[in-house]
Order: sequence, then C-alpha cells, then structure tokens
Amino acid sequence: MRSFVALFRKELRSYFGSPLVYLVAAAFLAYTGYYFHSDLLYFVTFGFGVNIMENFWQLLFIDIRLVLILAVPLLTMRLLAEERRLGTLELLLTYPLRDGAIVAAKLGACLVVIALLLAGTLAYPVWVYRIQPFALSPLVAGYVGLLLFAGTCASYGLFISSLTDSQVLAGFLTALPLLLLWLLSWNEAATAGTTLPLMRALSLFNHFQPFSVGLIEARDVFYFLFSAGAFVWGTLRVLEARQWLGRR
Amino acid sequence: MIVAEHLTKYYGATRAVDDVSFSVAQGELAALLGPNGSGKSTLLRMVTGYFSPTAGRVSVGGIDMGGAPLAARRRLGYLPEQVSLYPELTVRRTLAFVAEVRGLSGKPRRRAVDEVVQRCGLAEVAERRVGTLSKGFRQRVGLAQALVGDPDVLVLDEPTVGLDPVQTVEMRGLLRGLTGRTVLLSTHILSEASALCSRIVIVDRGRLVAEDTPAGLGQRLEGLGRLVVRVEGPAPEIASVLAAMPGVLRAEAMPADAMPGVRFLLVGPDLGPVQRQIGPAVVGRGWTLLEVRAEAPTLEDLFVRLVRPTGHGGDR
Repeated sequence: MRSFVALFRKELRSYFGSPLVYLVAAAFLAYTGYYFHSDLLYFVTFGFGVNIMENFWQLLFIDIRLVLILAVPLLTMRLLAEERRLGTLELLLTYPLRDGAIVAAKLGACLVVIALLLAGTLAYPVWVYRIQPFALSPLVAGYVGLLLFAGTCASYGLFISSLTDSQVLAGFLTALPLLLLWLLSWNEAATAGTTLPLMRALSLFNHFQPFSVGLIEARDVFYFLFSAGAFVWGTLRVLEARQWLGRR
Repeated sequence: MIVAEHLTKYYGATRAVDDVSFSVAQGELAALLGPNGSGKSTLLRMVTGYFSPTAGRVSVGGIDMGGAPLAARRRLGYLPEQVSLYPELTVRRTLAFVAEVRGLSGKPRRRAVDEVVQRCGLAEVAERRVGTLSKGFRQRVGLAQALVGDPDVLVLDEPTVGLDPVQTVEMRGLLRGLTGRTVLLSTHILSEASALCSRIVIVDRGRLVAEDTPAGLGQRLEGLGRLVVRVEGPAPEIASVLAAMPGVLRAEAMPADAMPGVRFLLVGPDLGPVQRQIGPAVVGRGWTLLEVRAEAPTLEDLFVRLVRPTGHGGDR
C-alpha cells in the first residue's frame, strides 16, 4: 500500500510539475465556460416555462462531455508511453510494486486531475444558484455521469498509452475513436432499425444521456464501470506480455 | 544469495540465453563477463524479474522470483545498463520516491536518502533535477537508487559503460565500497571484472563458457600474451610470415596510424620464443623491424583460449 501511495504521489507531482496540465485546465475551463454562457443564453432566450433540466443542464453536461473527449487524451497519453520512451518502466517494474498498483496509481492520479477539472466547472451552477435556486440532486447525477464517462475514457487512454512509446500516437489513438463514436451518435436517425438497438447498447454517449437529465440508472453505471475495468484488464495484460516477450 | 538454474530465454525464434546456471554466495561480488550481445543484460533482467525466463528459474535470497516476485524484488536493488530516471524529479526526490516504494517513510526514509547521497557523492547535486545532470552523476544517482533502503542483493548492468576515465575510476571506487552485500555486475572488460570481483561468470552467445575466480582465470591466461609488431614492408607477405611462426595463434593487421610501417597483433600461448624469432625473420627478408611490444591479455584473448582455442580470431 505504501509503495502504491508513493507512486500515486509521484504521478500527481509529475502532472502538476509539467505545464501541460495547466494548459489543459485553462482550455478546458475556457471551453466549458463558453458553453455555459451560450447554453444559458439559449435557455434564457428560448426556454422560459420549460424544464431547466432538459433545456439547460442537459445541454451543458453534453457540452462538457464533448470537451472531456478532447481533454482526457492529453492527460492519459503520457501515462505509460512516456515511461516506455524514457526507459523508466524497466526500473519501475523491478521495484516491489504489483502491476496492479502501478496501473491503479497512474489511473488514480489521472482521475484526480479530471475531478479537479470538473470541480472547476462547479462555479457555473453555483453562480446560477445564487441568482435562482434549483433542485440539486439532478446536478449531482450529471456530475456522477461525467466522472464515470471520463473514467472510462481515461482507462481507454491508459490502455492505448501502454501499447506505444509515442505520446503523440497514444493521444491520437485515444482521441480519434472517441470522436468517431461521438459522430456516430449523430447518425442514429440514419441507422437501420436492426442495428440501432445494438449501437445504442454499446454507445458511450447513449449511456451518458440519462445522467444528463438527472437519472442514475444501475445499468449505465455498470456499463461505465465494466468498460473501464475491461481497459484496465487489457493494460495489465500488456504489461504482463512485455515480461514474456522481452520487449521494453 | 542469487541462484540461477538452467535459464533460457527466447525472443521470438531467437535464443538469447541458452541453459545458463550460476550462483552468487552471500557477500560475494561476482561479475558476468562477456562481449556485447552475449546475453548479459537478458540474464540480469531475468534475475531482477523484469523478464520472465522461457525456461529455468531464479531465486534471490532463497525466494523464487517466479513464485513470489514482490518478496524477491524487495531484497534487490537494480542499476540497468541505460539508467533512466524521471528527469523532472530532483535527485533527493528521486531517491525518496524509491525509498518509499521500498516501504520506508518518515525519518527512516530521510535517513536512508541522506546515507546514499553521502555514499555516492551526490550532496552537491541533491537539489538539482535529474534531467540536468551529467552522465557521470546520472550513473551515480542510478547506483544510489539501487542502494537506497539497503537491499541485500545488487544487480548492476555495465555500471561503468559510457563514463569518462575519471568517472570510471570514481564508479569503481564506489563499487569497491560495497563490501558485505551480494553484488552481481556485468561488464565486457576483463580487467574490471578481475579487479573488482571475487568470482567471474563468463558468457558468450547466450551460453555459459566458464565460471572461475580471477586467480583461476589468470592461470588459464598464463603465458597467453599479445605482441604488437611494427614492420616496414609488403603487408600481406609480412602477415603470412608472422601467422606461420610456431606458437602464434592469431596474427591480424591493426588499423594504420601516423607512424611508418604496418602494425600487427600476435596472440599466442607462449610468445617468448616468438619475440626472439621475429627479428631474424623480418630482417632476413629485407624488411625493417620498427617495434616489438608486449601487451596484457584482454577478454578477446581469453575467448581465444576458452571458446575458440584453435580458431584464428573467429568471426567476432
């Protein structure tokens, strides 16, 4: 446990010791702030008399989710790819640390950074609340959904980062499929009736939608936890394979 | 303390290590000696648990590396051939991180870090980032991270490679100070292995060639000498005359230098009589003898004796 904590703290220090995390945070808050502003304007202009959940929070959460798709790859790309490129993975894997502790420390530190980014966006609802109080529980559901969604993206990013020693490649290969999934979710109307249910069951985005309207459903929570777990499992298998194949 | 039994490692279809067994006793400083590409690093990586052997097993302090890797690694400090450290951390932070990973915290951790900083001469750079250090200092930080927390077993892969002569002497001094610990280091320099270690394990092309003390190896090398001969005359003819002299195992032309004549390196088990015959043989053919100089045997000569006793230089 102590060795896990040591690595977890080192990972956090690496994040906050590099300018990247501050740039990502600045861009993240700038984009989400812009969306907050324009979504609020839209709601104020067209949404009088209708449900604030469907017309404001849902829009905002879906927009924050889009910004996360762009931010998370930038945070995960270095996790293992950088260790492989520098060669530090060799020492790390000969310390008395379980592979599981290494993966947990890296993913944990990344999730802390993501949670801090999301915490920054709490300023928007707090600001609205001071002008006009509203029900808080749907907001909690939205943030739980954002954390689960980001956790799955981060696990996927960690897995991709374990496959290459190029950070740029890891970043691209994390961001591209996420963007593609997002684009695919636009085309539901054009999808044949037979494949539509399957696409919906698998889509990262359809499972996020209930959270954005204030619903926490067990199957959606399970979906996110299961997919994150699958990518963590894959990362552990990649680390294990290196030991047998004899590759750095 | 370290026991390697029948270690074999394949990379795909390539066999990098082939059925190598050796052991290092408690408190012993042992060298794994072999040319580049002989499988030394692969062997050490299997000892540290970084690679799993395709066949065979390793135990460290009686703990099976395959069965209980965490317990085995807890007793082991490792310096890889390419020392890679986190460039953004300071020297002290790096060592504190490793001490913490090895289970130390609070005061014991600070003490452990201070001790290795002193021992490895890192006090003046302790607050500097690792990424800004010279190769010599980085190597010392590499040794310090292997030593921090006082593991009983040290595995050091080519600890002096890439260092300049002054740094090499300093590093050898540090290595000599490791008495009491069990150390397995790899090197391709025979004199380094003989000077530092009480036992030498020689590998070539992934196979164990010999396991001996420096004195025992010295005996095997006894009489095996090198002569550098410089002659002015037609090079191919000189080469064939020198190679044909009785007692010469190998004669090869050396790269040209600024001085006149052609240089040849002669290797053989007993070059005393050869040294006497060179003068008449060269001068009698009308060539000019410029230099005859004896040199200390090298790893290459040892290999001529141990691996390819009848060959003329082999393919290496």
